[in-house]
Amino acid sequence: MKRTLFAAAAILLAGCINSGAWAADKLKVGFIYLGPVGDLGWTYQHELARQALVKELGDKIETTFLENVPEGPDAERAIEQLVRAGNKLIFTTSFGYMDPTLKVAKKYPNVHFEHCSGYKRDKNMSTYSARWYQGRYIQGLIAAKMSKAGVLGYIGSFPIPEVVSGINATMLGAQTINPNIKVKIIWVNSWFDPGKEADAAKALLDQGADMIMQHTDSPAAMQVSSERGKLAFGQDSEMIKFGPKAQLTSILDTWAPYYIERVKAELAGTWKSEDTWGGLESKMFEMAPYTNMPDDVKKMAEDTQAAIASGKLHPFKCPVVTQDGKDVECKGGDHLEDTQILGMNFYVKGIDDKLPGK
Amino acid sequence: MGLIEAIILSVLAASTPLLLAATGELVTERSGVLNLGVEGMMIVGAACGFGGAWLSGSIIVGALCGMVAGILMSLIFALMALGLAVNQVATGLALTILGIGLSGLIGAGFVGERITPAPHLHIPGLSDIPLAGRILFGEDGFVYLSIALVVGVWWFLYRTRAGLILRACGDNHVSAHALGYPVLRIRLYAVMFGGACAGLAGAYLPLAYTPFFIPGMTAGRGWIALALTVFASWRPARLVVGAYLFGAVTILQLHAQGAGIGIPSQFMSSLPYLATIIVLVLLSRARTGGSTAPAALGTVFVPDR
Repeated sequence: MKRTLFAAAAILLAGCINSGAWAADKLKVGFIYLGPVGDLGWTYQHELARQALVKELGDKIETTFLENVPEGPDAERAIEQLVRAGNKLIFTTSFGYMDPTLKVAKKYPNVHFEHCSGYKRDKNMSTYSARWYQGRYIQGLIAAKMSKAGVLGYIGSFPIPEVVSGINATMLGAQTINPNIKVKIIWVNSWFDPGKEADAAKALLDQGADMIMQHTDSPAAMQVSSERGKLAFGQDSEMIKFGPKAQLTSILDTWAPYYIERVKAELAGTWKSEDTWGGLESKMFEMAPYTNMPDDVKKMAEDTQAAIASGKLHPFKCPVVTQDGKDVECKGGDHLEDTQILGMNFYVKGIDDKLPGK
Repeated sequence: MGLIEAIILSVLAASTPLLLAATGELVTERSGVLNLGVEGMMIVGAACGFGGAWLSGSIIVGALCGMVAGILMSLIFALMALGLAVNQVATGLALTILGIGLSGLIGAGFVGERITPAPHLHIPGLSDIPLAGRILFGEDGFVYLSIALVVGVWWFLYRTRAGLILRACGDNHVSAHALGYPVLRIRLYAVMFGGACAGLAGAYLPLAYTPFFIPGMTAGRGWIALALTVFASWRPARLVVGAYLFGAVTILQLHAQGAGIGIPSQFMSSLPYLATIIVLVLLSRARTGGSTAPAALGTVFVPDR
């Protein structure tokens, strides 16, 4: 019910925003956001990229965004609203917009769509995402070095492959330092609920974890870790303000270069449907400065980052062993193939928990 | 021992905003007015509460700002639903949409700012008693305020003449009007009380729970408070049971997941809702049977001149 209301609100707002904008002859670019632009996490980073886009190409384009658009069928109306308002290139910035985007894309073949972090494409619908698992691997290394208890606390949103591959990459990294490292995982079944994220962080710390990693969008967990004098990793954006003495690093989503490139292609008439999955090598995401750790750990993190960026090190290098001891088929030569990572639905060895729904 | 204490402290904190908001809504609904705008009043309370505390440096000023903001929001509702006799359901939903947008606007200036959260009480001697001390005397003041508030509301509704009149308005506004009671004015006060409670509940989130403001941070708690009111069959005591049960199961399922007991997390996340609904429905069945909703709930009243 709440979600429906958000959508209704978003659509009403969109109507207001767009009403005054008919006169211009610029390319219209639309954005669909999952959370509020001020979430300081996922949506905030997309918004920063949109602002960078406007700064770069503002004389040629006009942008509109709808925030708080719920995932699932409701999103369809919001996306269609952007199409009707004349947007020719539309970025839908969350996994759950996949099917709605595809549906609208089929209906409007002359409009181009860019869907973030999904796997369905069409001739007028591209996908783009970042190889965050690379950053998670580095975080795993740091965590294993810095954890005194040898127990990591991990707050997950939904058990989808992106999040599962993040947990696995973290553990594979951590195990290279401490083969006996443990992880406690709590799923909050929400991308954004500061109160619940804080409760999950408290529960993990109360149960003996001394390091918090999160795959949810608010800085609540960072703030709790900071208050308890424990260490934590940020998510999506710079969260050091909420844990000056707690944040080790954070995976920063940096969408701006991609957005600018794609809009330029649209302006030049060279846009075509593509699948972009960039990592550290292409700066699709970055690591926040390594802080609150000794120099040798920092150096190790930086070296690992360089090795991953240059392609020398792959977080999912074979053999990858599942938690019940089976070797995963090595389809990508000496590492797992992209499709295996994108569809990851198992835990690696050493995770003492059951994957929900398995 | 330490873990149990930690869990109970988390439960108290998690339940408090629900209890505050639901208590206010209970009074509103007992007067016969259905205000579905709790979520909207809460989020505006959160924004104004944080803003007040951030600007003044005082948690109490913040809490008052949250309450005033909640009252102002409820006055918009009162103007529409009581003054102009507009449909209450539609007005309440609109109030939520308005509140979510408005809170983003109000909060835009201080997203990402930090404040020192409400201090936890410390009464020398009492707060140091093992286990019970921290729980009974060592939480933040809002926790105890919320309990005092429910007790006060119970006393008001069932032990005072004013409470009886308020309930009469909710059960049969025509009769109450015929007896000469100012139905609309009584309802206005009830709506304002609901607004103040929702605003305070919203303010609790950035003032004590997670000491920063982010748009949408109430994350549906207003709707849960609304549901609690219904499932508690409009009785304060059951409301306390429901709110704490909901908070307890929420926290316990997180701990169960952390301990790795292997039950699907999707089921665990739905447990608080399931458990609360089942228990409160059973409670209502056992005691009364039949509907206990205020008979005039949600109906428009226009006094004949």
